[in-house]
Amino acid sequence: MTPPPDNTLASVPQRSIFAHTDGAGGSLPSWAPYGAFVGALVFCAAVEAALGWFTIALMLVFGALVAIVAIYGWSRAVEGRRRAKDRAITMAIATAFGIAMAPLISLLYEVIKRGVAGINWDFFTTTSRGVVGGGGAEHAIVGTLIITACAAVISVPIGIMAAIYMNEYGRGPLRRALTFFVDVMTGIPSIVAGLFAYALFELFLGPGIQLGIMGSLALSVLMIPIVIRSAEEVLKIVPNHLREAAYALGTPKWKVIVKVVLPTAFAGLVTGVMLATARIIGETAPLLVTTGVIDSMNTDPFSGRMQNLAVYAYNEYRSPGVMKQASYDRAWAAALTLIAIVMILNVIARLVYRRYRTEIR
Amino acid sequence: MEGRKLKDMFGSQAKPQAEEGRAKMSPTGPVTETTSQAIGGAPARRAKTLEAKEVNLYYGDFHAVEGVNMTIEPNKVTALIGSSGCGKTTFLRSLNRMHELTPGASVKGDIALDGEDIYANGVDPVAVRRLIGMVFQQPNPFPTMSIYDNVAAGLNFNSSRIPKSDKDAVVERSLRGAHLWDEVKDRLDKPGSGLSGGQQQRLCIARATAVSPEVLLMDEPCSALDPVATLAIEDLIGELKKEYTIAIVTHNMQQASRASDITAFFNLDESGKPGHLVEIGPTDEIFTKPKQKETEDYVSGRFG
Amino acid sequence: MAQFDTTTNAGQLLAAASGGRRRRGDRIFSNTAVIAAVTILALLFGVAAFLVGEGLPALTASSSELPGHESFISYAAPLAFGTVLAGVLAMIIAVPLAVAVALFITHIAPPRIAMTLGYLVDLLAAIPSIIYGLWGIFVLGPAAVPVMKWLEEKLGFLPIFEGPASITGRTMLVVGLVLAVMILPIVSAIAREAFSQTPRKLQEGAQALGATRWEMIRTTVLPFGKSSVISGSMLGLGRALGETMAVAIILSVSGGVSFNLISQANPSTIAANVALNFPESSGLAINLLIATGLVLFAITLATNFLARLIIARSETE
Repeated sequence: MTPPPDNTLASVPQRSIFAHTDGAGGSLPSWAPYGAFVGALVFCAAVEAALGWFTIALMLVFGALVAIVAIYGWSRAVEGRRRAKDRAITMAIATAFGIAMAPLISLLYEVIKRGVAGINWDFFTTTSRGVVGGGGAEHAIVGTLIITACAAVISVPIGIMAAIYMNEYGRGPLRRALTFFVDVMTGIPSIVAGLFAYALFELFLGPGIQLGIMGSLALSVLMIPIVIRSAEEVLKIVPNHLREAAYALGTPKWKVIVKVVLPTAFAGLVTGVMLATARIIGETAPLLVTTGVIDSMNTDPFSGRMQNLAVYAYNEYRSPGVMKQASYDRAWAAALTLIAIVMILNVIARLVYRRYRTEIR
Repeated sequence: MEGRKLKDMFGSQAKPQAEEGRAKMSPTGPVTETTSQAIGGAPARRAKTLEAKEVNLYYGDFHAVEGVNMTIEPNKVTALIGSSGCGKTTFLRSLNRMHELTPGASVKGDIALDGEDIYANGVDPVAVRRLIGMVFQQPNPFPTMSIYDNVAAGLNFNSSRIPKSDKDAVVERSLRGAHLWDEVKDRLDKPGSGLSGGQQQRLCIARATAVSPEVLLMDEPCSALDPVATLAIEDLIGELKKEYTIAIVTHNMQQASRASDITAFFNLDESGKPGHLVEIGPTDEIFTKPKQKETEDYVSGRFG
Repeated sequence: MAQFDTTTNAGQLLAAASGGRRRRGDRIFSNTAVIAAVTILALLFGVAAFLVGEGLPALTASSSELPGHESFISYAAPLAFGTVLAGVLAMIIAVPLAVAVALFITHIAPPRIAMTLGYLVDLLAAIPSIIYGLWGIFVLGPAAVPVMKWLEEKLGFLPIFEGPASITGRTMLVVGLVLAVMILPIVSAIAREAFSQTPRKLQEGAQALGATRWEMIRTTVLPFGKSSVISGSMLGLGRALGETMAVAIILSVSGGVSFNLISQANPSTIAANVALNFPESSGLAINLLIATGLVLFAITLATNFLARLIIARSETE
């Protein structure tokens, strides 16, 4: 039997039973991680200033490392080893996230900054034909639109029908095999797709031919698997009871698909197609090989080379004209235009999805 | 909400009878030192008391549980019963600070382990959970670890290089304590997922006791098990209470009447309203002469 | 096919409804669908077939006929080496970062902003590769020059940092970094998916034992997501192996096999080599390039195949 408790408010402050056994048994304030980081930045900035090599990037990187060590030490003393390790690793992970975001920020910043230098009225309204050291990207912009549109015309029907086959008609092993092959197809390098299109046309038309439509074919090879995967996902989500309700009314299978499944999945399909388009619109390599480089406007995909934004940007960089900086500016401007188109497509895709999706309960 | 540093909670207090319909406290009398032999022949350990005062639990703005006042007595099994959705699991999870892991969830009120507020400022939930362990409805041994490593998992967190012989001793003690040692002693390095449901649950119990907690919370530990395994676990619980304070949520009234010393009945007035504690008392009283009509209706099967 | 008793009204109706037009519609539609599916397979095998067809002349030609007067193997081997070197370097840099990013989004960042953060990381994948190339050569390369100098000074005894450090930044190290940024979103998306699907009961089991957040992640989330991370890494590797423009623009090529990551003299990659030489090539030279394309196709096929195999195997567990 233990003696009756001493009820007077005690003498010796006892350690909480919840205190960790190493460390002082306390706890860091909730602002501790941020405080450690800011403190570390200040410290690094001071060191850099003293040594004379101040750069923001270095300060951030070293600051993060110092902060991790600092929070570990501080927490170790106050809270104990396990908590300290947890805090340090959490901070390291957050730092890694910051590092991953840095290129994105830098990229967008640089593209906008440098691209804006090349954007002017000429850029959008003139071609490179007959111009030395100047000109614009009108032919490239038009070319990109035409080539991409043709690629979509080829890919979308094939892709969606294949997805319909796999989802509505396919059975067990055949369907699994197809899914597997489609997955493998998503891994085809873009240059290989370009070489394939070139080789195909070389067989029929002889060597050295470069046409807009060849580029579209190459892009299709890349686009089809993307369309199939996203269409499959969307078709899968259409609940079976909708199909069954239609069947029960005596509707033939193809009508069920066309009149019930596709409309329900419509928004998702459109989104998938737009996202696939955004993905391939920036592809350069296959177009280098298939559509070539050309200075003047060509709107016929079946005859002659066609310029496009991505190859144009590459070309302005690779073979700058007499005025190097102007060419580089145009390259960046083309890059900026390309990113803008991609972003717009992405945004529209998501808006379309939100606006048109049918709420399935 | 200051943590009281002194143990002035020795023995139970006679709590004033609260208004009817809420927070009825039926003290079981002063808690005596139990001198029964614990498992393994060591002298029994006096486990700690868990006391809840005016506990209100929220999920965001939704008031899930209101005004719970109860004491979970050491070296006894307290069963929490009631129909589904009445907040007994939510309340149980607030006792080891698992409730707050749900995004938006919050706790108001005091919960104290031997007088120390577990929600006090600066108390590390990790430390609380070391002292207040939990066994779940679905047995959840870590699938990528062997049986040995599963039991030792809690010890391994504290990777301050515990000598292997000490670890072996703890693993054996825990597995014996969970009545699993004989069945697995020859395959300690096999994965934990290769056992039957009942064995997995005993493994989880061994894992929970390996870190020497004061309190063991069990959330419907037998509901995923067959009747034979269930009985084995209930026997085990009867042994475990010699060392630990045990609270068990169960929707099975027979289990509550078989396996517990104290029963607490939770109920909901209607769906959307918060759950509350209707009555708490010695198990045989709750089941034979309950004080509240709601309790009587429930235990006699008129609803739930 | 059911035969209906056409002596009754019902029988006549059913017989009329189950033949003719409707079945034709169904057949046309399903045939179209099958054709589409077959087209896919045809495309895949077609790619392989045409590459073999057009590459064969170069594969079977003797060294004296090939441009540069070297055998196919000695032409393609350094390219293959460069391709794999760049890809593996990218993977080494990207995978730990991607795992950390995935953990950050699924377990550390507040849930309300987690979705936005995921979207930001995925944005990296939407950026066309030509832009990565321009960024690499105009921005990252020059910024990396002092770092490479430092590496040469301090760690120059390692063969990978032997130097002399390039002054333009057009090195394998910078290429590896850019490729890593390009494949980060792929690996991280797969890792995120896996980490967020770690069963709650496992995570709670660890937490109830008194584990800190990192201990819980270490014991439950990471082992659970291990196979997904591996397969995601291989998919990322496959992407890096096939990347053309970023390498073509950034890398300063001199052809030899070398592990030196910070010098001006680098082996090219297959894809970049094709991009750089194709426009000015003709005849057998083109066949040669196509043949190297075949080699690349084989390498990426194998990598992706392996990755999908790992995914398939882990899904059956």
